Amino acid sequence: MTLSTYLLHLADDALVLGHRNSEWCGHGPVLEQDIALTNISLDLIGQARLFYQYAAEALAGDATEDSLAYLRDVYEYRNCLLVEQPNGDWAQTTLRQFLFSAYQYELYKNMRHSADERLRAIAERSLKEVTYHLRWSGEWVVRLGDGTEESRGRMLNALDALWMFTGELFRPAPYESVLETTGVSVPVGDLETPWMEHVRKVFSQANLQTPIAPGHQTGGKTGAHSEHLGYLLADLQFMQRAYPGSTW
Amino acid sequence: MTAVSSISNVMKLLEGIPDPEVPVLSILDLGIVRDVRIYPALGETLGVTVMITPTYNGCPAVDVIRMNIRMTLAAAGYNPVDIRTTLTPAWSTEWMTDAAREKLQAFGIAPPNSVPVVCSLDLFQQDESVTCPRCGSYHTEMVSRFGSTACKALYRCLDCKEPFDYFKSH
Repeated sequence: MTLSTYLLHLADDALVLGHRNSEWCGHGPVLEQDIALTNISLDLIGQARLFYQYAAEALAGDATEDSLAYLRDVYEYRNCLLVEQPNGDWAQTTLRQFLFSAYQYELYKNMRHSADERLRAIAERSLKEVTYHLRWSGEWVVRLGDGTEESRGRMLNALDALWMFTGELFRPAPYESVLETTGVSVPVGDLETPWMEHVRKVFSQANLQTPIAPGHQTGGKTGAHSEHLGYLLADLQFMQRAYPGSTW
Repeated sequence: MTAVSSISNVMKLLEGIPDPEVPVLSILDLGIVRDVRIYPALGETLGVTVMITPTYNGCPAVDVIRMNIRMTLAAAGYNPVDIRTTLTPAWSTEWMTDAAREKLQAFGIAPPNSVPVVCSLDLFQQDESVTCPRCGSYHTEMVSRFGSTACKALYRCLDCKEPFDYFKSH
């Protein structure tokens, strides 16, 4: 059970952020950025599928990647709180992407040495894609932070709204600690320092102060979510809830 | 039909399966076919197993390619047809054939540069220099790192003023 829960955590993180970013489809500030963000969603949902397929096998019951994504309720989801936060404005979306991509970059870099062969394979592939996510979002944080009074003000508001959720990324949930002993899961505690390097490097160019106090909000990784996730899943799972078993 | 000729026969069939997004490229040009196995199966037929490595995790074309392989080989009389996926080592544009690069160029898509240049963070706020597939000029600029599909970025030539897709080196 621990492995499947860990895989669901990794899958839920990618799926929820992928879904959030897809909400921008048709609403982006300019066409090129609209397809950039929806392309990032495509990569994230692709990663989620790989983790869900593995979780379905690990659960060995009749679970499938679809049933795991569409038929679990809020308290069964294991994604961190950061990815379920609403899109807000372009500053909040790009900052959320940057904070999470910097984490995913270090996570997958480390996961390439996991004791689990399949996780190594997924990580090797995903790291290439996440490198683009991190570059793209980091450039937006710099562009907005070091831009006009308006863009800088919005980036500061985004920072106030999102920073409190970053601490959870580096506090291992019980299933992560258990799997750490066998070298399967990534020791997320060790990722905070390299992650902070990414943040400092970009924030310094973006004329932003890196907050001192670590983000203290936690709970998502163990199923205690904010009210946002329920509305998101209602949208994401609607077809399977309204028409169970429907296919293309 | 001896086993050896069958493998070249299978490869010929696979050569006919295009990438749905970039129809000038066959799945062999893309370099995603890793292994082909032939074995005598029940009922005097030949079974075939094809091992592929997906390009991008979320690329929808990979599912279409799997279906096309299955249909093409079944229609040619192979039974059973088994398609396996391996994620390691991760696909890279280095696996594309030279023919693939020429086909892309002729089709109007700039082929990928060498890989090590791109897949790292130190290209922060810089972009690859890409030649325009129409007029060959290096005087081009990136419009968006993410283009119409996961594997392509959008560029613009500042000489002939034409927009073009760039097959991202990965």
